[in-house]
Amino acid sequence: MNDFLFARSQMAMSLAFHIIFAALGVGMPLLMAISEGLYLRTGRPIYLDLSKRWAKGTAILFAVGAVSGTVLSFELGLLWPQFMEFAGPIIGMPFSLEGFAFFTEAIFLGIYLYGWGRISPFRHWLAGVLVALSGALSAVFVVTANAWMNAPTGFEIVNGQVVNVDPIAAMLNRASFHQVIHMTLAAYVATGFAVAAVHAYFVLKHKDSHFHRAALSIALIMACISIPLQLLSGDHSAKAVAELQPVKFAAMESLYQSETGAPLAVGGIANDKTMELQYALKIPYGLSFLAHGDPFAKVTGLAEFPRDEWPNTQVVHWAFDIMVGSGMVMLALALWAGWLWWRKRSLPDNRWLLRGLVAAGPLGFLAIETGWVVTEVGRQPWIIYGVLRTADAVTPMTGLVTPFVTFTLLYIFLSIVLVFLLRRQFLETAESGQSPKVGELKKLPEGH
Amino acid sequence: MTTSLELIIAAIMVIALMLYALLAGADFGGGMWDLLAFGPRTRQQREAIADAIAPVWEANHVWLILVIVMLFTAFPRAFAMIMTALHIPITVVLVGIVLRGSAFVFRKYDAQDDATHRRWSLLFSISSFLTPLFLGITLGGLASGTIRVEHGVVTSGFFAGWTTPFAFACGLFAQGLFAFLAAAYMTVETNGDRLLQADFRWRALFSGLSLAPAAALVFGLARHGAPQIFAGLTDWWAPGLLIATSVAAVTALVALWFWRFQLARIAAAAQVMLILAGWALAQYPALLVPDITLQNSGAPEVTLRLLLNTLIVGALVLFPALGYLFVIFKRSSDAKPFIKT
Ligand code: HDD
Ligand code: HEM
Ligand code: HEM
Repeated sequence: MNDFLFARSQMAMSLAFHIIFAALGVGMPLLMAISEGLYLRTGRPIYLDLSKRWAKGTAILFAVGAVSGTVLSFELGLLWPQFMEFAGPIIGMPFSLEGFAFFTEAIFLGIYLYGWGRISPFRHWLAGVLVALSGALSAVFVVTANAWMNAPTGFEIVNGQVVNVDPIAAMLNRASFHQVIHMTLAAYVATGFAVAAVHAYFVLKHKDSHFHRAALSIALIMACISIPLQLLSGDHSAKAVAELQPVKFAAMESLYQSETGAPLAVGGIANDKTMELQYALKIPYGLSFLAHGDPFAKVTGLAEFPRDEWPNTQVVHWAFDIMVGSGMVMLALALWAGWLWWRKRSLPDNRWLLRGLVAAGPLGFLAIETGWVVTEVGRQPWIIYGVLRTADAVTPMTGLVTPFVTFTLLYIFLSIVLVFLLRRQFLETAESGQSPKVGELKKLPEGH
Repeated sequence: MTTSLELIIAAIMVIALMLYALLAGADFGGGMWDLLAFGPRTRQQREAIADAIAPVWEANHVWLILVIVMLFTAFPRAFAMIMTALHIPITVVLVGIVLRGSAFVFRKYDAQDDATHRRWSLLFSISSFLTPLFLGITLGGLASGTIRVEHGVVTSGFFAGWTTPFAFACGLFAQGLFAFLAAAYMTVETNGDRLLQADFRWRALFSGLSLAPAAALVFGLARHGAPQIFAGLTDWWAPGLLIATSVAAVTALVALWFWRFQLARIAAAAQVMLILAGWALAQYPALLVPDITLQNSGAPEVTLRLLLNTLIVGALVLFPALGYLFVIFKRSSDAKPFIKT
């Protein structure tokens, strides 16, 4: 591998790591705020206990999110100085807005985590709401910066000079809308299903733990509302990409030749030499419909673009299919849970459903990672689509294998510790499901 | 017009950097004193430090992110050149930031037994030493004047500027400064426990005194290590600033001696701000001495104006929220928080 590849790998690895904490940083505060809100409304201590326990897990995750995000802000310059020199004045605005969103988030998280008993319960809850809001806002801002890399606007290049810079137009570029909606929903989907999985596991073990049943129902509501919306927004994203980045779209489906009434291809092996997608499952007219909402529309194939502007078709295609597949599985589970709830009007606790939820826990994150691979690898060879090539933006620094290996080892280490710590938190939570404190709750009349 | 916008934004960057030093710097200092804790109240010292840092460190840390974001938005070329030429020390700073932050929370949630606690503490405090050292080295590199840029390309390699005695002295000085700040703040934080307060008083006095030789070392090495800065320090404003800094330093020490901790804290903070102000003035107008200046690396005027508006609106949200945070956690019996509300 050469330095360029190490730079790309380091960037990809750092982003893939950060996005997990970022998504949880958007989703967890909402769960905490809902639970605490329920406590304020109903006065049932179980909800208070729940928001405190969720807050404890979030505190660990948030710290890792903050430090890995800091690494990213520097890495943009450490690895892609030419890119930042070009893009800084154009997309610096959303980054500075994001900075203030971080401030609000970090401040109110501090108040939320350490302020129990120091401020009134209502203000405490409000602090939680502000954390949830500013977390979502910071995601919105940073995604507009990324969207600009896909649909660069708000500047002109005259004789090699950047002129007529318009940061607001850049922020409101044509990819912002679909990416922002899709990413924000993704955070709720992934958090919802992951948290539901944890508590479904404990409900399987202790069928009538009020604690875990309450937790499961809140997480399930979030998951089941956001996943259908997410698929609609994915469909919208696909249409937008077909229009804005037809090469990326063709790569997502490994479609080599332009076709009318193109089928949707699932899986398969893309062969760039013979320009064929082999062994794929084809759904007739699917692709034309996905791209343009019309089963007979024409979809542009890779052959219409110069060879050196193709992204890695195999990776992009498979990543896209994994994202869509995960989405479909989660949708099926959500429909099942909704159906059971509708029939019984109470928390669905069918054992097979619970097992399915446990198994689906990582799917939201799998979809997030693969979705980003679609976006980022699909944009190659460009770092700014159609404007600047990734290879021209890389730092002249040599020996990039060292920072790549260092950060990889560091992040692996952090991941191991985190898994260990969170596991222990969960097990403690499991015990508390049986502890006298919650046991007492059972004596309280329902709906107290 | 453009020039003054650049100047305003550069001034705000310096202020943000000062706040980073005053707030996050003290958090790093706290980590150093964790390692250096000794005596009969070792445990209490460590606990007091942890309690003081826990609710605020993440918010304090965002000042650095703000500085970086402002740098790449307003002075993109400077950002690109700095990140290229100082790639190595900045990477070390990042590793330190990651380890410090995560070890701190891991310790809190993994404190099953003393041995585990000690292991995380060790990681936390070692990275608290490491990060300021390399932050100082990076700043020393910026000032050294040996990092050269021609036609938008760094020509001096990846080791210029920061591998010098001067840069290293800057790193040591940053460590000393942060340790001093932390100890001075802790005397106020431990209000109500006179024995613990006395522990931190000694630490503040010791580290405050050791700053004098460290400053002399930086200054002496600057003659060759950072000639432009050295020349800058002989400008018309320099004697006044030097006197003000010395007054602040002496006030802080005398106040500590007489157990006037509230005053000591303010004087220590003033001292740090004056030092950074002096640095900024001596380096002005260069961002990366000597080739990259505010004027030749600035973003287009629209960007600067929008950034300034963003900063103003952001400050209107930020400062009340920050004030609220500090009122909740830093209000002690005789002390008012130093950020007023
Ligand atoms: C829970 C996560 C999740 C789920 C279930 C889906 N996606 Fe997705 N997708 C993402 C999470 C995600 C993401 C990680 O958040 C991405 C990366 C960039 C972005 O804006 O969202 C993404 C990107 C992304 C893109 C590329 C956008 C671009 O490059 O501008 C397309 C075309 C789709 N998605 C389409 C879909 C379709 C058709 C789905 C199902 C029917 C789907 N996504 C389910
Ligand atoms: C889709 C991509 C991203 C999303 C949704 C996102 C979202 C978030 C969120 C919600 C946080 C709060 C911390 C947490 O909850 O754990 C965070 C932290 C952070 N992110 Fe990201 N981020 C993304 C990508 C990036 C990128 C590309 C950068 C840098 C260029 C970045 C820089 C940061 C920084 C500096 C922090 C730390 C803020 C603090 O100290 O509180 N993020 N991010
Ligand atoms: C919203 C914030 C994001 C920004 C600003 C951003 C920016 C960048 C930049 C500058 C590069 C390097 C240049 C390039 O290869 O084109 C890159 C590459 C990459 N990013 Fe992102 N990114 C973001 C979010 C993400 C997330 C959340 C992931 C999660 C997996 C991701 C995955 C990747 C991958 C896999 C690459 C390498 C692509 C390749 O070289 O083939 N990105 N990104």
